[in-house]
Amino acid sequence: MADLRIELAGIKSPNPFWLASAPPTNTGYQVQRAFEAGWGGAVWKTLGDPIINTSSRFAAVHFNGQRVAGFNNIELITDRPLEVNLKEIYETKKRFPDHAVVASLMVEPKREKWHEIVKRVEDVGVDGLELNFGCPHGMAERGMGAASGQQPDLVEAQTYWVKEAATTPVIVKLTPNITDITVVARHAVKGGADAISMINTINSLAGVDIHTWNTIPHVGGQGAHGGYCGPAVKPIALSMVAECARDRGVGVPISGIGGISTWQDVVEFMLMGATGIQVCTAVMHHGFRIVEEMIDGLNNYLDDKGLASVTELTGKSVPKYSNWGDLDLNYKVVARINQDNCINCNKCHIACEDASHQCIDMLTNAQGKAVLQVREEDCVGCNLCSIVCPADGAIDMIALDNGAAPLTWNQRQQLIGNLNHTYSAAEVM
Amino acid sequence: MEHTSLQAAFTPDMFMRNFTEADPGLTRKGAIEESNRCLYCYDAPCIKACPTGINIPSFIKRIATDNLKGASRTIMESNPVGASCARVCPTEELCEGACVLNDASAPIGIGLLQRYATDWAIRSGTQLFSAGVPNGRKVAVIGSGPAGLSAARELAREGFRVVIYEAKPLAGGLDTYGIVSFRLPQSISLWEVEQVEKLGVEIRTGVKVGVDVTAEELKAEYDAIVLAAGMGYVPPLGIEGERLTGVYDAIELVETTKTGVPTLELMGMRVAVIGAGNTAVDAATCSVRLGAENVKMVYRRTRSEMTAYDFEYEFAKQEGVEFSWLTLPKRIIGDELGNVTALECVQMKLTGETGKDGRLTPMPVEGSEFLMPVDAVVIAIGQKRRTELIEHLGLAHDRGVVRIDRATGRTSDPQIYAAGDIVFGSGQGEAMVVSAAQQGKEAAYAIVRQWSGRQDSVVGSAV
Repeated sequence: MADLRIELAGIKSPNPFWLASAPPTNTGYQVQRAFEAGWGGAVWKTLGDPIINTSSRFAAVHFNGQRVAGFNNIELITDRPLEVNLKEIYETKKRFPDHAVVASLMVEPKREKWHEIVKRVEDVGVDGLELNFGCPHGMAERGMGAASGQQPDLVEAQTYWVKEAATTPVIVKLTPNITDITVVARHAVKGGADAISMINTINSLAGVDIHTWNTIPHVGGQGAHGGYCGPAVKPIALSMVAECARDRGVGVPISGIGGISTWQDVVEFMLMGATGIQVCTAVMHHGFRIVEEMIDGLNNYLDDKGLASVTELTGKSVPKYSNWGDLDLNYKVVARINQDNCINCNKCHIACEDASHQCIDMLTNAQGKAVLQVREEDCVGCNLCSIVCPADGAIDMIALDNGAAPLTWNQRQQLIGNLNHTYSAAEVM
Repeated sequence: MEHTSLQAAFTPDMFMRNFTEADPGLTRKGAIEESNRCLYCYDAPCIKACPTGINIPSFIKRIATDNLKGASRTIMESNPVGASCARVCPTEELCEGACVLNDASAPIGIGLLQRYATDWAIRSGTQLFSAGVPNGRKVAVIGSGPAGLSAARELAREGFRVVIYEAKPLAGGLDTYGIVSFRLPQSISLWEVEQVEKLGVEIRTGVKVGVDVTAEELKAEYDAIVLAAGMGYVPPLGIEGERLTGVYDAIELVETTKTGVPTLELMGMRVAVIGAGNTAVDAATCSVRLGAENVKMVYRRTRSEMTAYDFEYEFAKQEGVEFSWLTLPKRIIGDELGNVTALECVQMKLTGETGKDGRLTPMPVEGSEFLMPVDAVVIAIGQKRRTELIEHLGLAHDRGVVRIDRATGRTSDPQIYAAGDIVFGSGQGEAMVVSAAQQGKEAAYAIVRQWSGRQDSVVGSAV
């Protein structure tokens, strides 16, 4: 059984599974139940000046009979007095000294406000701080959360103020509601962040009720945008983690967040550079016990791979992630249909015919049986057929060796540039 | 399945075809689709409906997330014969019957998913459990069926040295010898046996307690004994003609198909199976697959009173088995060579009066005797008790049903515990493989408690 312990910027945790700052970490009762269930850490529901919440707060997107493909909320930070939260944090930490308890914080962008709250939460023994610069709704209208997280210099300044007072590691939580997340990440690091976490939720409207014409969710017939999370946002989160992980200007540990529901998701985030991960929606959907399946799956995976420690995963796929201009233009894959596994739904044919390059033929073989066949010379290797194919092992994408040496777009442009330069030089002579 | 052309011989090829597992099991795609339908209920009713308490939502979530090792471990943790149970459990009466989706859409195919996960474990050769640190205590287990194996495994995991005494040449009991191969191939049961052996449990096959080794010897050598010897063959019906050639014991009939190509000849024959329990259905479908031309189940009551599970009855119908309800066999008639030629029966009617077992009492209709021409008769009216062995061990019993303390499985002899079919009957327990497994576990935990001085039942609850 592999060692699951991690250390994120000095914060130690018995495993990489943390609860994200969200409804499941609202109280000591919940966090302690979570630790009993197996969670290694928890980022407490964001502390700050208590707010007033609306009734009717959550909504979800269900997809083809599966519930909660995506999740949307308009809940704000904690609505409980700071003293109550601090007391419960203290009790929780006392009961679970080896688990990571991180306080999520959000105050007005004022130096003394940050100093004050940092001191108060560190006094009750938290292992670290997470600055909530990401909440996209409600708080942003008051100049906090995503509103400050969208201004790189404000992120830097506030991180700096926190670091002036903090003795525990500081994690800056980033908003995805921005063009280039690495800009904000670099400013957080400039401000002194020990780690970054991402992503917070994405601006969203879960839906519109086509019968009442109300938004989903609505508060007495009126709606406002919320924050989107859950399995649907995973690819967005993963790319942002990857972008920060490969950016030399960032260079601090990453706590990965965004749609993580299975142990496989955890492995993906860690391979793409995360040191640990945070989960919310999967717990909202299934309860804390879901971590048992995640831990067991991760353990068996690490054993199968012969890895002694989960930390060995971190960043292993980062070198495999770069820019489009660095991709080999001479690499060639083609689709091949395995007749033994094909169930003749013809989905690949129509997808290729109408949406790609018209290279899958519907034929009848000598025995009179319908067969689908790829004209490899016309196949561009787009993967679409294998994506729509519902049968296991019916379509393989096969790499062909066309004898050409690897050549990226960037290399190609450089070669052309060199040639032009040579020609120009020749003309001059 | 291949049926006979008249007079053709039953060939090894036909045996292979007719006796390989009928249900092909789930494909990967099927397993992914089905496992993702599961709601992952909290405090799930399916868990409560499983006599061994398998954490079903958990193992299904593990299938859905491609963690088949974790899934199979969850299953086998709670049920040491979980691969067999995936095939023979009356799931619609248990886990699937309790599934909350019964009313909402359709219940999850828990049995098939359980088979999918355990099939993976069998193929992969993964060892799922390990033996505990030896504690110096020794336990003898009499019988290697579901109850005995389960007791042995749990004891071995707790550090006991365990020796199983098995009268037959192969271990596994009913799962190895008593269930038709097209429902439960012998290899599945033998894999479960192997899992237990890998924990250091020694299985002495071909050793009969009371004959090859005495109760005194066992009691002297071991700290505790688990009696899990099950039940015996079919008792005589008590009618004329039971010794004619062509009269078979249903359990023996099934057994002959479990140990290679059977020598017994039913090709093209007309077979009457007497009885209407699950073994009777097994014997009937077995006869069909051995090439019988016509198979009738003969039962003195009606469909409503038959004890076979609904799915067994449906399976029998699909296999072409016919049913003679309200028919009581009076006499088996043979020719001058001693071969069966007919079954003399009498028609019955339900009196409308309820018997002690709550079922309507049947009465013969006067003058309704008739001859049913048959070439073979299979008797499936229950199983003999192991009274001789029980008395050899000196245990209190009620007509062959060992008397036990329900909570611990302890018999009248404090050194001896009993589990499985040997304690089934007289209103005690259920004759299911899965119940036997649970009773075996409970007897093991009682022994662990006895020797560790622990009063609380912590064993078996930890993952």
